[in-house]
Amino acid sequence: MQDAEKKMKTAAKKLFDDKKVDVIVGFRKGSRANSSRPYFARSAADVENLVWNGFCTANLAAFLPGLFEKPARPEDGYKPPRIAVIAKGCDSRSVAGLVKENQVPRANVIVIGMPCNGMTAAVKGAQVKKDEIGRACLECVSPMVKDADISITGESRKPAKGGYARVKAFAAKSSEERWKAFVKEIAKCIRCNACREACPNCYCKVCFADQKKPAWVSPANELSETIAFHMGRMFHQAGRCVECDACVNACPMGIDLRLFTQKLAQDAHDLFGSVPGISGDEAPMLNMFKQDDSECFITDPEEK
Amino acid sequence: MAKPTNNSEPTIVAFLCNWCSYAGADLAGVNRMQYPANVRVIRVPCSGRVDPLYIIKALQEGADGVVVSGCHPGDCHYISGNLVARRKFAMLKSFLEYLGIEPERVQFSWVSASEGGRFASLIEKVVDDVRKLRTPRKIVKEETITANVR
Ligand code: SF4
Ligand code: SF4
Repeated sequence: MQDAEKKMKTAAKKLFDDKKVDVIVGFRKGSRANSSRPYFARSAADVENLVWNGFCTANLAAFLPGLFEKPARPEDGYKPPRIAVIAKGCDSRSVAGLVKENQVPRANVIVIGMPCNGMTAAVKGAQVKKDEIGRACLECVSPMVKDADISITGESRKPAKGGYARVKAFAAKSSEERWKAFVKEIAKCIRCNACREACPNCYCKVCFADQKKPAWVSPANELSETIAFHMGRMFHQAGRCVECDACVNACPMGIDLRLFTQKLAQDAHDLFGSVPGISGDEAPMLNMFKQDDSECFITDPEEK
Repeated sequence: MAKPTNNSEPTIVAFLCNWCSYAGADLAGVNRMQYPANVRVIRVPCSGRVDPLYIIKALQEGADGVVVSGCHPGDCHYISGNLVARRKFAMLKSFLEYLGIEPERVQFSWVSASEGGRFASLIEKVVDDVRKLRTPRKIVKEETITANVR
């Protein structure tokens, strides 16, 4: 891991020296022991601050749409910045997704692919346990960075088998049990929106949850509003969630959000053969169709 | 809208596309076909226009069931609106069911402009399905808070 960090720093420094990038999005040491936090290196001197260790949990692709946001009145000759991102497998899948959704110009991104051994699960409160790999990483089917422009070699995790075991176990419960479990989990939510902010897919300038006309969800502290918010947020992940657990790690209430979003990932795969950031569809899954897409859910009133 | 807690007569919200299903509903009316009066029709340009949030909101605001209907695949006025909708609804229906919302409460169908009879039987079926449910409505708004906000 130290070795990978050294190689990454050399590569990062070279990018600045060759004047190939304006910003490198990576990690620096966090303010607590055993933590790292996102960091924007803007010069060769900043490279010294970059780190690579087992606490680099955040999905750095989440910063890209903001960095590429055009100024309100772009002056003549405005050019989008050139950005390098220190990427894990999940980050690189998100970059692919953002490119597909026209949020990020691929030509201006340099993906620095890191060998990923899995990241420590974020732990709430001051106690940070070492060497406890997060669930997303244990379940990760693609630790290998996709389409890296610069590959940092090193030892990395083996891909997990996948199979959505948790989703299947949850689906096996009765409908009422599932609803109770869902509500119990969601009722913990304090509507801080951290899950949304941490997610690379949530780049909308005005989120449906913040719209006032129409007000899809009221900010009132009321359970049905929170449920509506989460149903909306989760469904917007359909065919897009890369299962990075950035939302889960960001949530101050420790809500198991991905138990639910994972269902969407399973359906995207099972119904339409789409795995976000991996299957290489030419358009977002829900923007496409096939003539023979499944119709099994359609109510046929004449069926006897 | 009927009281959300009133289980005896369910309220069903129907999102119907302008070109097929809404016309189908019209035809049912013109032909004086009988169908349950529990349905509240909302006309939308296309089934592709139906945002999943419409459905979630309808359930939250007191609907006992929601039905979305558009042109048969291949007949969409906008060529492919219903085909895009079909993917979205397949995902949505399965997702809501996973969360514990009874599949009877959220249904999708195709009704063409000439199928007045099919429209009537669709509404009959949905109302019947929802009426048979023994489980309470799911996304229920707390009345007191609503009263304060409004
Ligand atoms: S919903 Fe959560 S797990 Fe999925 S991409 Fe967003 S942050 Fe990652
Ligand atoms: S991060 Fe957690 S508490 Fe905050 S809005 Fe999301 S689910 Fe709710």
